[in-house]
Amino acid sequence: MGKTLMGLAAGAAVLALGVGAADAQDKMKVGFVYVGPVSDHGYSYQHDQGRLAVEKELGDKVTTTFVENVPEGADAERVIEQLASSGHKLIFTTSFGFMNPTLKVAQRHPDVKFEHATGYKRAANVATYSARFYEGRTVIGQIAGKMTKSNIIGYIGSFPIPEVVSGINAFTLAMREVNPKAEVRVVWVNSWYDPGKEAEAAKALIDQGADVISLHTDSPAAIQVAQERGLYVFGQSSDMTRFGPKAHLTAIVDDWRSYYVDRVKAALDGTWKSQDTWGGFKDHMLFLAPYNPALPADIVAAAEKTRTDIMEGKRHSFQGPVKDQSGKVVIPEGKSATDEQILKMDWYVEGVQGKVPK
Amino acid sequence: MSADLALLGPILAAMLAAATPLLFAALGELVVEKSGVLNLGVEGMMLVGAVCGFAVTAQTGSSTLGFAMGAAAGAGMAALFGVLTLLLLANQVATGLALTLFGVGLSALIGQGFVGIPIPDVPELNIPGLTDLPVIGKALFGQDALVYLGLAMVPAVHWFLYGSRRGLILRAVGENHAAAHALGYKVVRIRFLAVLFGGAMSGIAGAYLSLDYTPMWAEGITAGRGWIALALVVFATWKPGRVLLGAWLFGGVTIAQLHVQGLGIDIPSQLLSMLPYLATVVVLVLISRDVTRIRLNAPASLGKIFHPDA
Repeated sequence: MGKTLMGLAAGAAVLALGVGAADAQDKMKVGFVYVGPVSDHGYSYQHDQGRLAVEKELGDKVTTTFVENVPEGADAERVIEQLASSGHKLIFTTSFGFMNPTLKVAQRHPDVKFEHATGYKRAANVATYSARFYEGRTVIGQIAGKMTKSNIIGYIGSFPIPEVVSGINAFTLAMREVNPKAEVRVVWVNSWYDPGKEAEAAKALIDQGADVISLHTDSPAAIQVAQERGLYVFGQSSDMTRFGPKAHLTAIVDDWRSYYVDRVKAALDGTWKSQDTWGGFKDHMLFLAPYNPALPADIVAAAEKTRTDIMEGKRHSFQGPVKDQSGKVVIPEGKSATDEQILKMDWYVEGVQGKVPK
Repeated sequence: MSADLALLGPILAAMLAAATPLLFAALGELVVEKSGVLNLGVEGMMLVGAVCGFAVTAQTGSSTLGFAMGAAAGAGMAALFGVLTLLLLANQVATGLALTLFGVGLSALIGQGFVGIPIPDVPELNIPGLTDLPVIGKALFGQDALVYLGLAMVPAVHWFLYGSRRGLILRAVGENHAAAHALGYKVVRIRFLAVLFGGAMSGIAGAYLSLDYTPMWAEGITAGRGWIALALVVFATWKPGRVLLGAWLFGGVTIAQLHVQGLGIDIPSQLLSMLPYLATVVVLVLISRDVTRIRLNAPASLGKIFHPDA
């Protein structure tokens, strides 16, 4: 209910801004739709950093507006429609669940350009973009494999979509490479941002013996739990060290800044085209937060080597042989998973407990 | 099997902690409803209590002050509810819902400056020997003060309602406010005090979430627990002991389903997430089959507006 209210209030604010900015007609209006609060200090926060980078570099040519806390679903369509109808020419919708609402609004507004994050459906005026988060998972999976003593790693998942599942798999593959005895246990909280549930999930996993936690949800609750219990955890989407200085090993940090600036520039000078961008370490769309000083130097060195290997194309997160839970070889030796395979991943590799919920 | 037994201890401990906010809020609402007032604003009061408690602790470093502020903030919202419904005779259901929405928004507004700020931990009890007992050790002897306070509130509320004169008067007001008024009892004042108590309890419940359970402020941190607390009061047919059972049921199923997932048992996580709510609904349906029991136990003047001159 609170999100609806925020959405309503924000919608009204956007309307007001649209009316008020009528005199700033030479500046292009760019809209941003976030699924969570900017103050989540995680996923939506990083998108907002991208928006701020756009303002910093192109502030004389564009004005930006953002709406936060937009729930995925019917509300999202309303908010995106609002932005499209109030003169915004380029709109970034930053969550997977905004996919269908974005396409619907895009059909009605062929003159407005849309950028949808982490999705896979495109149109003439809808581009998609995402970061190869799984590359980051490979590095932290390796660290986890070496740091765990109980050989049980807890993984807090949000929704069982391919992006999350491929992250789990990349993590597990790297973990098993350095520690064949370790296993990953997954708990789904069915939300991107719910501190209470995430804390409960972390506690449950720790009670089951996990001593390293990885997560794919957006709040720092699990970091705090790990810190409290004297265990290790990886931050998500942004550097979450201050929530657990001893526990936080590193984090995969999303970096949308250069991508957003590029796309706004393209929209400004008319070279914008619908495309799919899926950048990894080498395209500077993600990086790793500073390593915890307590990490042994050899583990950090190995992690850095893995990262640079991936960046230079010498290593792929899903290089064969990759076996699924039944032992069947899904990706043969010498080959790597194709983008298609990663985008449709709905199975676990060996080393993950349980089955992917359908 | 031994793995499952070994998990029983942590599950019990986590269950008691998870049940605590529900317990506080539901006990407070129980007293309010026993006096004849239906306050649907519990979720809003919990949130305001959570954010105000967090704000004070973040700035003073004291959790005790934080909890006190949480209670005060909850009581403050409840006072607003009391003025609207008891003095201005507004519809209780509508006012309660309006206050929930107000509380959600107000707490988000107040909390804007406090997101991402760490606060000191609330210490847990640790009695060497007792806390290390298998299965029940952590659950009974390793919790923090608020969990024990919540458990203590159950017999306290029960004693107040059924063992004290004031409680008897409060129940009388809830059953037949016209008769109580005729006997000379100040119905509005008694209800107002009950409402303040309910608000303070909801505030403490919220503060527990933001100061102890997940020591952070996030918008909507209560995640619907206020509504569950409201359901629990009916679930418990307005009896404090049953509120405890209901809180344990809901909290227990919430924690257990996470463990089921972690163990890799092949039940869809979405179904498991629904389980706590399903369990509550099922029990509510079972209880409601006996309509007389509900009618016998519900305060007869619940939700009815009191007109002193009528």
